[in-house]
Amino acid sequence: MKGAAFTLTVPRSIDEAIACLTEAGGDARLLAGGQSLMPSIAMRRVSPAALVDLSRVAGLAGISADLDGIAIGAMTRQRVVERDPQVIDRVRLLAMATPYIAHVTVRNQGTIGGSIAHADPTAELPTVALATNAVMLIRGPDGARSVTAGDFFGGPQNTALAADELLVDVRFPTDPPGSRCAFVEFGRRLGDVAVVGVAVMIIADAEGTITEARIAISSVAPTPIRVAAAEHLLVGHLPSQALIDASADLAARDLDPPTDLNGSGAYRRRLTRVLVGRALAEASFRVSR
Amino acid sequence: MSDALSTVEVHLTVNGSDRSAVVDVRRTLVEMLREDLALTGTHVGCEHGVCGSCTVLIDGASARSCLTLAARVDGSTIVTIEGLGDGDQLGALQQACVERHSFQCGFCTPGILIVATELLVDNPNPSEAEVREAISGNLCRCTGYDSIVAGILHAGSNSAEREIDREIHR
Repeated sequence: MKGAAFTLTVPRSIDEAIACLTEAGGDARLLAGGQSLMPSIAMRRVSPAALVDLSRVAGLAGISADLDGIAIGAMTRQRVVERDPQVIDRVRLLAMATPYIAHVTVRNQGTIGGSIAHADPTAELPTVALATNAVMLIRGPDGARSVTAGDFFGGPQNTALAADELLVDVRFPTDPPGSRCAFVEFGRRLGDVAVVGVAVMIIADAEGTITEARIAISSVAPTPIRVAAAEHLLVGHLPSQALIDASADLAARDLDPPTDLNGSGAYRRRLTRVLVGRALAEASFRVSR
Repeated sequence: MSDALSTVEVHLTVNGSDRSAVVDVRRTLVEMLREDLALTGTHVGCEHGVCGSCTVLIDGASARSCLTLAARVDGSTIVTIEGLGDGDQLGALQQACVERHSFQCGFCTPGILIVATELLVDNPNPSEAEVREAISGNLCRCTGYDSIVAGILHAGSNSAEREIDREIHR
């Protein structure tokens, strides 16, 4: 089907883009890579009166690093992110998870900011943002503000962004010393939507005792979630298979995942236990890099 | 303040030629290619980014042209299936696929040959697994994929790199 008619605005600066949003008064949608919004328009799930094309806005694409971490401009293409040497070296989870997004053709166009602002609970990047404690830098008519991943996601296509605000960049902290990560996902076919996905980061001291654990899960709730009880269970211990099994049980126990064509809620809960166990084992027992 | 546009003049380099058209802002790239520029080699299937048959190269990177507004790619270089041969002679990848009887009905062909072209530029001798991953976003309902994979591998084993590179940069 063809989408309903809209007007197109092509701002050249962040301020101009925000002015476009303010002027449209809630009837405009920001067009980033277009890999989610354009299908929604084609199927008339959404029919915005105006699209604001972000592809020509100066300063929205690019990757920069400092001592604390890496800032990735919202319009940076996912294919660029997954191949960036600094990302591969310093934000391992992001480099591991990005190749799971759809197909190369989609990642060539899809952007990091578009995926995070779209807030699909099955998507890889919001899950990684949650596991890495990423921070979103937002600009609006009243200036800039930062929101941590834990406070950013409200539900599908629902985030801390107001209608006249723009996600400018996503800041990922450098992997802490002693950290190890794993990303696992199950989909029905290569590139399909995740039935469940799990991002794990374990931080251990010099003796190998776990000092912090982060477990983020996609596709089991309206947003990607962290499972605090399962994380806390690991802290203060050396990793062992029994400990991992107990943590995976706890991660899945209280979930009430949705049922859809890709799997029932009960199946997703069971799959969560398996995948959390696998991810924790991979992060715990893999030889240190 | 930027203006809200309803139509826009779009200039492209398509398969080495300068082409342009005045289009509605909601015209997709595949519509512009097929209907304004009469390049009907690029097929349009699902029109929402699932089937992959409309895949073209935009500045060397594969893209679903049904999800791409023509207005957004003004100034870009596009390669379509028509750009893989010269009209009389098949390109190396096309020839390899003919030799392996890769395709039956031909609907998915333009998209698959474009993603295979992108793969072979990046990785001139891909493994079977790499070929299967590269075409994983493209649906074929005829062949079960084995003959397509064989054709692309054949192109790789022929060291078609130079040929393909020539096709893209022509």
